[in-house]
Amino acid sequence: MPNALKHLLFILVPLIVVFAVLPGVYQNHLLLFNFVIFLILAQGVNIIYGFTGYLPFGYVGFFGAGAYGFAIMVMHLQTPAALAVLVGGVVAVLLGLLLTPLLRLSGAYFAIANLAASLAVLHFVANPALEGITKGPYGVSLTGTFNPENAYYAALVVLALTVGGVIYLKNSAFGLALQAVREDAVSASMAGVDVIKMRVIAWLASALVAGLAGGIYAWYVSVFYPDNVFSGDFSIFAIVFALFGGVATITGPIVGVLILYGIYNLIGFTTPQYFQLIYGLLIMGLVLFLPAGLVSLATRRGWHVP
Amino acid sequence: MTYALVAGVLFGLYFSLVGIGLNLVFGVMRIVNLAHGDMLMLGAFIAVGVVGIFGIDPLFAVPLAFVIFVLAGLLLYWVLVPRLQGSANPEMLSIILFFGLSQVVEAITTIFAGTSERSIQSRLLGTVFTTIKVKWFGGKAGGAGPIQIFGQGFPAPWVIAAITSLIAIGFVYLYLYHTRLGTLTRAVMSRRDEALATGIDVDRVSAAAFGIGLGLAAVAGVFAPFMFGSVTPAFGADATVTSFAIVVLGSLGNPLGTALGGVVYGVFYMLVQTYLSSWADLLPYVLLILILLLRPSGLLGRRVRVA
Repeated sequence: MPNALKHLLFILVPLIVVFAVLPGVYQNHLLLFNFVIFLILAQGVNIIYGFTGYLPFGYVGFFGAGAYGFAIMVMHLQTPAALAVLVGGVVAVLLGLLLTPLLRLSGAYFAIANLAASLAVLHFVANPALEGITKGPYGVSLTGTFNPENAYYAALVVLALTVGGVIYLKNSAFGLALQAVREDAVSASMAGVDVIKMRVIAWLASALVAGLAGGIYAWYVSVFYPDNVFSGDFSIFAIVFALFGGVATITGPIVGVLILYGIYNLIGFTTPQYFQLIYGLLIMGLVLFLPAGLVSLATRRGWHVP
Repeated sequence: MTYALVAGVLFGLYFSLVGIGLNLVFGVMRIVNLAHGDMLMLGAFIAVGVVGIFGIDPLFAVPLAFVIFVLAGLLLYWVLVPRLQGSANPEMLSIILFFGLSQVVEAITTIFAGTSERSIQSRLLGTVFTTIKVKWFGGKAGGAGPIQIFGQGFPAPWVIAAITSLIAIGFVYLYLYHTRLGTLTRAVMSRRDEALATGIDVDRVSAAAFGIGLGLAAVAGVFAPFMFGSVTPAFGADATVTSFAIVVLGSLGNPLGTALGGVVYGVFYMLVQTYLSSWADLLPYVLLILILLLRPSGLLGRRVRVA
């Protein structure tokens, strides 16, 4: 049995089935939805950071752009929600295209420029001068399309596509080429890899994923402010979840989300500052002692982790 | 117009002080200190504490904050950095590591100080000068009024902060160019491997730079309550982004470029705020991206772009 099929059967299918069944048994629907959203975002970070080495510190820019793409379609053109979600994804891809010049920067410069870009988009959307289009800082209310059940299943579809994409990257020549570029761009290009094309495709793919997630998030919550959907927490959480599990693997980000976001929900709501303390210490410990993520515990012993 | 320009330069000098510590740390260690803004915030809390407990001029908090944070920086350096440098991708991981640190600092400050806004009456700053003036030359006591520059009045704390920043930048210059440790620091900045190969104790030099970087951040923090109105534990994150904009403007890895970057940023900021206030928030980020793309090495600096 080829590896890709194995990964589909034993990782993707169980994950989707569990999250499709859970709403029937577990009452906190919003919590499950947030889990799915963070699974999507962590895998999106995995695509760009794990496979190309660019750290998207302003990843939330795409998420927010998707949410506002959705909101504008629904508010001004009364499009059906599912179509508006797709538009949200397209908006994020367009933003990604606009930001492709950032890929020329390396290392920390890229991370900082990306952070600045996401803040620029936030201040652009929240500008009172654009109140006629985006409602500025006063937030949007989309009660007409409010439908948490459908939004949840749409999120599952996007999650399936995203994880499927990562499985493809993990098992294809394309993914291998990307990792070669990450390790050494010059050697990869000598070996005939089209470095720029590879990077741009991965970048746009991760933008698309975040944009779709943002559109669905807007659909689900239906009332939100620019500060909510452009909150830096989304970028940071997604990055930390992905890193905690281990990037450039299929299972790493999933494990990271399930464990860390689980802890967050256990202690985060009652005493946020203690959670922040534990969270900060956890992140520091992770970087100092397990820089390759939880999966490195297994790979160090020579076990293969998909 | 004159007002906006002069205010821009005053703020800009202060902004340089905000950014210079961050830049020193990045230049020497290639470490992105995302907790920089939180050091600023802690410096501000030291100032609030000094005023609250002793009721004296917050200027006395400047040396106190500097010394405390140089020591804290040395300690933090030995705990965190050597281990980080040993990992596969220190530059990227440092972003995440120091994000964690900033969370810890923010959380601890919130636990002990609450989330309420702290501010200091601005007339308290500089009282040491007016007291001396009254004792030696007579005249009436009381807080310093607005200071006249080019026929326009500016709040005294702005001027004092700008002057302190100039002095601090002067000291950084002296340190880098006229002391032995400073020369070694510049050697490590330009070529870490070669510095190591020539027998320079890179760890010692880096630790000193890290301590000084944090100390400068704390000194800048002392003035934060006056320049920004008030401080909360969550103020650190915004300050970090602003510092980055300034540092990149000047050029990452060149501490003296930061002085120029700060002034340019300050003037731009004041001009946009005066003429296009609704777009003022957008400016620093757009400026940052444009500079990174068009002149990635900053206004002064060497080539950094790869591939």
